[in-house]
Amino acid sequence: MKRIPPNLVAPLCILAAILLFDLFFSPGFFHLAFINGRLQGSLVDILNRAAPVQILSVGMTLVIATGGVDLSVGAVMSISGTVAALLLSRAEASNAKASVPQVIGLAMGAALVCGIWNGILVTFVDLQPIVATLLLMVAGRGLAQLLSDGQIITFSSPDYGNVARGATFIVPNPVWIAIGFGLVVAALMRRTSLGLFLEAAGGNAVASRLSGIDVRWIKFAAYALCGLGAGIAGIIVSADIKAADANNAGLYLELDAILAVAIGGTSLRGGRFSLIGSAIGAILMQALTTTILSRGVPPAATLVLKAAVVVGVCLFQSARFTEWQASRRSQTS
Amino acid sequence: MAVDSTAQTELLTLRRIEKRFPGMIALDGVNFTLKAGEIHALMGENGAGKSTLIKVLTGVLPLDGGEILLDGQAICPASTFAAAHLGIRTVYQEINLATNLSVAENVCLGQFDARRVGLDWKGMIRLGEESVAKLGLELDVRRPLSDFSVAIQQMIAIARAIAVTPKVLILDEPTSSLDSAEVDQVFRVMRKLKDLGLGIVFVSHFLDQIYAVSDRITVLRNGKLVATSPISEMGPQDLVRHMIGHSPSEETPIEREPTASSVKPEPIIRAKSLSRRMSVDSVDLSVGPGEVLGLAGLLGSGRTETLRLLFGVDAKDGGDLEFNGKPLTRWNCRKAIRAGMGFCTEDRKVSGIIPELSVRENILLVLQARRGILGPLPKRQQQELALQLVKKLRIATTDVEKPIQFLSGGNQQKCLLARWLVIEPKLLLLDEPTRGIDVGAKAEILQLIVELRKQGMALIIADSELSELLRVCTSTAVMRDRKILQTLPTSELTEERVMALMAEGNV
Repeated sequence: MKRIPPNLVAPLCILAAILLFDLFFSPGFFHLAFINGRLQGSLVDILNRAAPVQILSVGMTLVIATGGVDLSVGAVMSISGTVAALLLSRAEASNAKASVPQVIGLAMGAALVCGIWNGILVTFVDLQPIVATLLLMVAGRGLAQLLSDGQIITFSSPDYGNVARGATFIVPNPVWIAIGFGLVVAALMRRTSLGLFLEAAGGNAVASRLSGIDVRWIKFAAYALCGLGAGIAGIIVSADIKAADANNAGLYLELDAILAVAIGGTSLRGGRFSLIGSAIGAILMQALTTTILSRGVPPAATLVLKAAVVVGVCLFQSARFTEWQASRRSQTS
Repeated sequence: MAVDSTAQTELLTLRRIEKRFPGMIALDGVNFTLKAGEIHALMGENGAGKSTLIKVLTGVLPLDGGEILLDGQAICPASTFAAAHLGIRTVYQEINLATNLSVAENVCLGQFDARRVGLDWKGMIRLGEESVAKLGLELDVRRPLSDFSVAIQQMIAIARAIAVTPKVLILDEPTSSLDSAEVDQVFRVMRKLKDLGLGIVFVSHFLDQIYAVSDRITVLRNGKLVATSPISEMGPQDLVRHMIGHSPSEETPIEREPTASSVKPEPIIRAKSLSRRMSVDSVDLSVGPGEVLGLAGLLGSGRTETLRLLFGVDAKDGGDLEFNGKPLTRWNCRKAIRAGMGFCTEDRKVSGIIPELSVRENILLVLQARRGILGPLPKRQQQELALQLVKKLRIATTDVEKPIQFLSGGNQQKCLLARWLVIEPKLLLLDEPTRGIDVGAKAEILQLIVELRKQGMALIIADSELSELLRVCTSTAVMRDRKILQTLPTSELTEERVMALMAEGNV
């Protein structure tokens, strides 16, 4: 059997600990029911709720691997959700039927434009990533509010709602979308040389340029993909509530995504990245939230508990800990 | 500190020191003694265990076995601070000082009790003046460190190390960035400290420096003690033999290059009055297949800058550049690589290795970049290719999947050469290909250069070691003040002549 990569050890252990806790203290946590042709239960719920952050964290991993960060993903989610809701509600107002694929395509296109905008600012204008994406983090939400006139836009399209509420092969659609996006990005990274170039550019940009890698386009691609992911996450969230709330959709989710990446063992300094690590990080955080909520802990305490666990994981990821582990392994072997 | 009149006291004794890292034994039962009032050279190739020994001694790394005695008492420093407190101080190759602070402030950095509020400015200046005077220097300790030359800065680093009750002073390649006059200055200081009764451990790659100043030599190889003896009993030949285990390259000299053949080959690259403001001034050069052009010159003479222009890292302001007979416009690194050029930079860490990536990924980076995003090689093929080069260049690593940062400097340098050899360039630019690596790896790299030339590759080499240029180049261009003064076939060139050109600018 292949050994578990060292960056996954800590998050997997903590995830197991959380589930173990639930096994003893949350009755019915592992109960799976089969209702209306789909699986239901806390476990499915965790995966379903984790999907948006999971998708964000996959894109965020790429950006962080280049040594940057994308603070605008939450705002981009609200833009894509608003675009979709706007198109659907306008069509419904005029009693026409909007084509759902077309709506989704346009919403994703808007998000991609946002990602490209970030990419241009970071790579060609040479702004610092935090500053460049902070611009869109603030302005993006404003743009979404302009589009929606500051209103919460609702719609009733069941087909669009199905994107988040429906299930395919008994598993909720968001779970499939998250897995699909993850696999497509993973294939793009590992079946082509893009992943290698990203890690090289993040690890040593000067050396990469001298080796003939077009560092700027590589970074640009990371931001564009990250924006696209945010668009997909925004579509899921708007489909789930059948509305777009420009003010609150995806609020603070950029921070959750960054945390998921950190938990997954990708260094915030850039270089080596782990997509699967980030996905596990996102699931871990949702498992924690669900567990806390199901224990009836007041919501105010949730954030503190969450922070405590994140600190724990990051401690386990620290260089000292890995050193200690390595020295132990060499002693036993 | 009094020096024993009959036999020098043993100040420091290391017995059967062991240190293991995952997968390797860095120190294997090493013994080492240091007497008061002695300069003891610690020698060995990169990866022999010198740095590890120093780290163990100064509390950076914990011991896995053995004992350290200081003045006959067992010590076990848990940190550099603890080691410094015991009187063991280290000065590193890179100067770890704050250049914006004054000399006195630098000398006193870390010497004061941090719990005390406020600083004793007068005491600080006094301590600064005392320590500087101990080295026989006269300078205003109130001036910022940045006012002084690198050599003086290095000596202030020493002054800082010996400011408070030192017993053992470790100098880890203190001279590598200094010119020969400055080296003499540092030696004077070392002798003075020796007379004061300090024990000095001296690490350097330069053999002549070792012989100029040391009393005893200890040689390590592959983590084991190979030899310890007074300097008078170990000649340079013996020393090199101990260090690299086989007879030194000097005994089997690389055949000095014959003069360029009578028929001048069609040049691969030709530059005509190539210029860039503030870096290169009207450079002419041409190199053909099977030719090696050396660029000689002091730091800042424009060697590196010329190579950067040729490779398209920087854009030229003026002049013409031809590659394979075709004029080059809007030249950049990617075009250069595609045309068949390679460029090994002088600073491995800054612009060479990608530390986290594996040896395999580092070696194949240029090839992968040239094949493009859609052309990744299958992993098996990558491993085979990487392994081939590891064997060919005799890179010491057990595993091509190991991150390159864990290799020694010489092996990293070989990986970087391998990175370019994979694409079989027509023209290879090498900037200081042997900087900071051990004697054995140096000889291997020089030998490789000769082989590449024989295979018909064109090379341009910037190197500050003249003897190396004279050994491998077919012709040498001497640079000064961003210009090429003269290009001569190596047969007409002697070290004296090049030196005279570099220093005086006349022939």
